[in-house]
Amino acid sequence: MTMSTAPRFWRHIPQRYNLIGTHCANCDEYYFPPREICPNCRRDTVMEDHKFEGTGTVVSYTVIHNATEDFKRQTPYTLAIIQLDEGPRLTGQVVADPDDVEIGTKVKPIFRILGKGGEKGIIYYGTKFVPAESSA
Amino acid sequence: MPAGIVSYGVYIPKYRIRVEEIARIWGDESDVSRNLNVFKKSVPDVDEDAVTIAVEASRNAIRRGRIDPTRIGVIYVGSESHPYAVKPTGTIVGEAIGTNTDLTVADFEFACKAGTAAIQACLGLVSAGMVDLGMAIGSDTSQGAPGDALEYTAAAGGAAYVIGKDDLIAEIEDFYSFTTDTPDFWRREGRPYPEHGGRFTGEPAYFKHVTNAARGLMQKMDVSPEDYDYAVFHQPNGKFPLRVARQLGFTKEQIYHGLVVPEIGNTYSGSCLIGLAATLDVARPGDRIFAVSFGSGAGSDAFSIMVKDEIDELKGGVPLVRDYMSDNRNMHLDYAMYAKHKGKLRL
Amino acid sequence: MRSVSIIGIGCSKFGERWDDSLRDLVMDAGVPAMEDANVSGEDIDALYVGNMSGGRFIEQEHIGALIADCAGLARLHIPSTRVEAACASGGLALRQAVMAVASGYSDVVIAAGVEKMTDVSGGSAADALASAADREWECFVGATFPALYAMTARLHMHRYGTTQEQLAQVAVKNHHNGNMNPISQYHMEVTVEKVINSPMVADPLHVLDCSPITDGAAAVILAPTDVAKRYTDTPVKILASAQASDTLALHDRRDITTLDATVYAARSAFRQAGIETKEIDLAEVHDAFTIGEILAIEDLGFVEKGEGGKAAEEGLTRIGGQTPINSSGGLKACGHPVGATGIKQAYEVVLQLRGEAGKRQVEGAEIGLAHNVGGVGGTALVHIMSR
Repeated sequence: MTMSTAPRFWRHIPQRYNLIGTHCANCDEYYFPPREICPNCRRDTVMEDHKFEGTGTVVSYTVIHNATEDFKRQTPYTLAIIQLDEGPRLTGQVVADPDDVEIGTKVKPIFRILGKGGEKGIIYYGTKFVPAESSA
Repeated sequence: MPAGIVSYGVYIPKYRIRVEEIARIWGDESDVSRNLNVFKKSVPDVDEDAVTIAVEASRNAIRRGRIDPTRIGVIYVGSESHPYAVKPTGTIVGEAIGTNTDLTVADFEFACKAGTAAIQACLGLVSAGMVDLGMAIGSDTSQGAPGDALEYTAAAGGAAYVIGKDDLIAEIEDFYSFTTDTPDFWRREGRPYPEHGGRFTGEPAYFKHVTNAARGLMQKMDVSPEDYDYAVFHQPNGKFPLRVARQLGFTKEQIYHGLVVPEIGNTYSGSCLIGLAATLDVARPGDRIFAVSFGSGAGSDAFSIMVKDEIDELKGGVPLVRDYMSDNRNMHLDYAMYAKHKGKLRL
Repeated sequence: MRSVSIIGIGCSKFGERWDDSLRDLVMDAGVPAMEDANVSGEDIDALYVGNMSGGRFIEQEHIGALIADCAGLARLHIPSTRVEAACASGGLALRQAVMAVASGYSDVVIAAGVEKMTDVSGGSAADALASAADREWECFVGATFPALYAMTARLHMHRYGTTQEQLAQVAVKNHHNGNMNPISQYHMEVTVEKVINSPMVADPLHVLDCSPITDGAAAVILAPTDVAKRYTDTPVKILASAQASDTLALHDRRDITTLDATVYAARSAFRQAGIETKEIDLAEVHDAFTIGEILAIEDLGFVEKGEGGKAAEEGLTRIGGQTPINSSGGLKACGHPVGATGIKQAYEVVLQLRGEAGKRQVEGAEIGLAHNVGGVGGTALVHIMSR
């Protein structure tokens, strides 16, 4: 189990590091990860890149105690479905004391290691989240 | 044409371990904290490394100075804990802060002074007009071998400096380096922990290079300690910088703000640069700062820095060094959790 | 379109079948099914087999050909198709088989399901199961399969007041039922305390809220209804076969406490069958996790949204209750050999409608429903059957 491979990871670096998605100028809807065709507008799609701020709200969450090999080192850790301020949702880890995460908690993005391709593989960097009111 | 600091940012992980806790595990009953003048050190989270720290510090620098990252033409990252032996940290930083592709990058290593070497190199390219802005970073998640004296102080943290010619918050008036081939501390390729020469790391290494670089700069510029408001020295522990300051004629008050090692330990390539950032956090226009780094192997880079008016336009929106050091943010670990975080447990 | 009936059924014992390979398991279910239907190899027109991940579990793809070969049907060169929709592979195999017969393309068709999960480590099995979720945007950032269901549970509890005890009641009931089922992996009763005190997997789901890793196979034989009596005295008619999809990632759903795929498949199924929800006498639903059963009974329309926990607590869903759910023991007690589950659900409904469910018998069962879900609701299958 190596989570991903070098080209597969590289292809999504703008999404992993900087939450680059898309915005349909026609209907004003935002998408993450990026989409070429807007499901609302289809042929009338006017899609442009959008870099999400990364700030959002926790929709739901869980504290994972049993993880796969790749994440064993980090347990227990908190996983959440986060609604970004601009609208779309994503799944991500929230680095915080479990007591500090609730439905409705506001979060902001941080840069962390998401995982590694084993001892010899590349390191997968990306975005996790912390409660917005955590200082520093 | 003057060149210098346009913006800066730091990042220090939130975990700490007390020096006494480490001493407890190894049965060291001497008063280690007082002997070293270090009480706790920072510990990275399991998903942090020198790259993530470099990114957070440089993102803070970008945010603080409201820098357009596409203006950055060079990124040099200094560390002795780059996670890859081959594959640069700097390209990951570039991608993460939003530079475009007309960029040059390289990773630096010179023990604890890799970050200041990066600043010197950026100054060169910027002064020559070959790039618009440069980013120089010192970042480390340094390791000390379990049970070794270095374990008390080897810590994690980083600082990033945006170097340019315009809108300077602080001009780097001049620098002077003193370098010799001195094997006081080293780590062979593939080894997890460094070796050091014990007391050999004192006089022939730290003190010789710091004092020579400092005196060299003062002679070159015809200045003396009284001409400075602040001084920052490399901080392998809380005693050496106090002693070298005294030797050179700087006062305890001058080095006070920049002395961060008692609370966060030695962040290696981040050490002098975090101390400098802590000083810039409180500095006023017209203040002058004398900063000297030290890297084992060995060498020292001494800088004379003049704070400009623009520093007042900067503050706000980005954590200060003291915010990263404040108690209510920090989480203390016992030795077992510390070992897990530092990857000292073989899986 | 012709009416289709089930003329024969078979199911292997579910569990950790160390002595048996995937090929052995298929025979364990297929041979009894053929005997039950009184058919021989020459009668079979086509084979559909649900299998989620032969590749990840036993490094074997081309499962369609493999199963035909094991069944001795390769020499007859019958068309054999492996079908995959993660945990709904079995239900989807059944639907494909139904469509083959209903359309007139084939007459007698086997719909089977099989999964051999215990030849790899638990960690590898968990990782293989995670491929039912969104690998790039859920698993890569640290989601596990239980974690995704756990997040639906967390929001369901927040919004509707569902409690951990109510979730545990689902496990209690299903283990009680499974204890009476010969094919079930587990023959043990559990209590609410035992469930809640079992180790936490992904908060709020404990170990005993989760279905296990299991080996197993099941098979049903289909024929056009107008000739079914030639093969068996107790054919079971398929009144509806419906399927729906939804976004792969849970975070992209309209409402993460509702599996819209179940809602749409159910709507289509009830319309096809021309009946109402209250006419269903029993249902096998997808309880990969206890919360799964609670969502299912809401989304299938047995109770209002948000009332699922209360229904479990008040015994509405036990054998003898208003709507017996998972009389077989569900995925929770029988185990969940992924590709086989959808077919095993049909096996249980048929047994019940034939009156052959022994101690688990739902009195007077006339119409039954089988509900099979892929991933955290990316696919849903609903079948309705009657005596």
